[in-house]
Amino acid sequence: MPSAARRFLSVLAVASTLSAAAAHAVTPDQLQAEYETIARKEAPGFAGFSATRGAEFFRSTHGTNWSCATCHTAKPVAEGRHARTGNIIRPLAPAANAERFTDSAKVEKWFKRNCGDVLGRGCTAQEKGDVIAFLRSLN
Amino acid sequence: MKIERKRLLFDLTVWITSSLLAFSLLAIDAQAKSRNPIADNATWRAECGSCHVAFPPALLPAADWHRLMGSLDRHFGADATVDAKSAAEIGAFLAANAGRGEGRVTEGQPRITTTRWFQHEHGKVPAAVMGSSAVRTAANCAACHPGAATGDFNEHAVRLPR
Repeated sequence: MPSAARRFLSVLAVASTLSAAAAHAVTPDQLQAEYETIARKEAPGFAGFSATRGAEFFRSTHGTNWSCATCHTAKPVAEGRHARTGNIIRPLAPAANAERFTDSAKVEKWFKRNCGDVLGRGCTAQEKGDVIAFLRSLN
Repeated sequence: MKIERKRLLFDLTVWITSSLLAFSLLAIDAQAKSRNPIADNATWRAECGSCHVAFPPALLPAADWHRLMGSLDRHFGADATVDAKSAAEIGAFLAANAGRGEGRVTEGQPRITTTRWFQHEHGKVPAAVMGSSAVRTAANCAACHPGAATGDFNEHAVRLPR
């Protein structure tokens, strides 16, 4: 391949990687605002997110053997451990791990997986927002 | 006669030198392979390595990786789905670097730990160690292979937890 073409392709690859990363980068505030917009559509009576409700949701088993706390601990400023593999899970609370809730695609990926495993269904935007409110209340 | 002897000596020197060179090159190559025995891909490492060690593609044949990638929503009791783009990239990487799969056992989900190769390699590990709280599961490579996360499964580095 001619070097000019190769250079063009590598520039293209870098640009597309950057734009993909930029599309997912958010602040926890922006993420909460996105969930609020969806929650208002899902439930017309939406009355805000609650850290207390999020804490209870996080620590309850919802008809399965697992709760969120099983792997993430009941106060996730601490490191957790995967219930099956024993893998270390870095803290979920932004106070202990600033990377959390800054990548919307990553957040959605894990909500999809973990809500399925713990609840046997997807989480509502209300539930997601409550859990994030709880995690952001920890320090 | 004198010239012939000189010639012979020269040939012998060349032969010995080139053999030594060839052997040292082979040794360097073997060392490089043992240090980095597996292929690498950033998406595979990030996605497959987030709940367990990113198991080297050579440990299962392509057909088994294909089955695993097709059932990520029911991945050993957990949902491990990835987005379509990542799935395609990881699937292609696994297929390209898969093992040949001699002596594998195919029942239910493909498990590296039930292959005859794995059983043979780990036959001498006492059951008490495998079942200990530090190991929990035979799939917890890093419990005994400190370099597992970076693909180093060198036998000499193995440390059995007490």
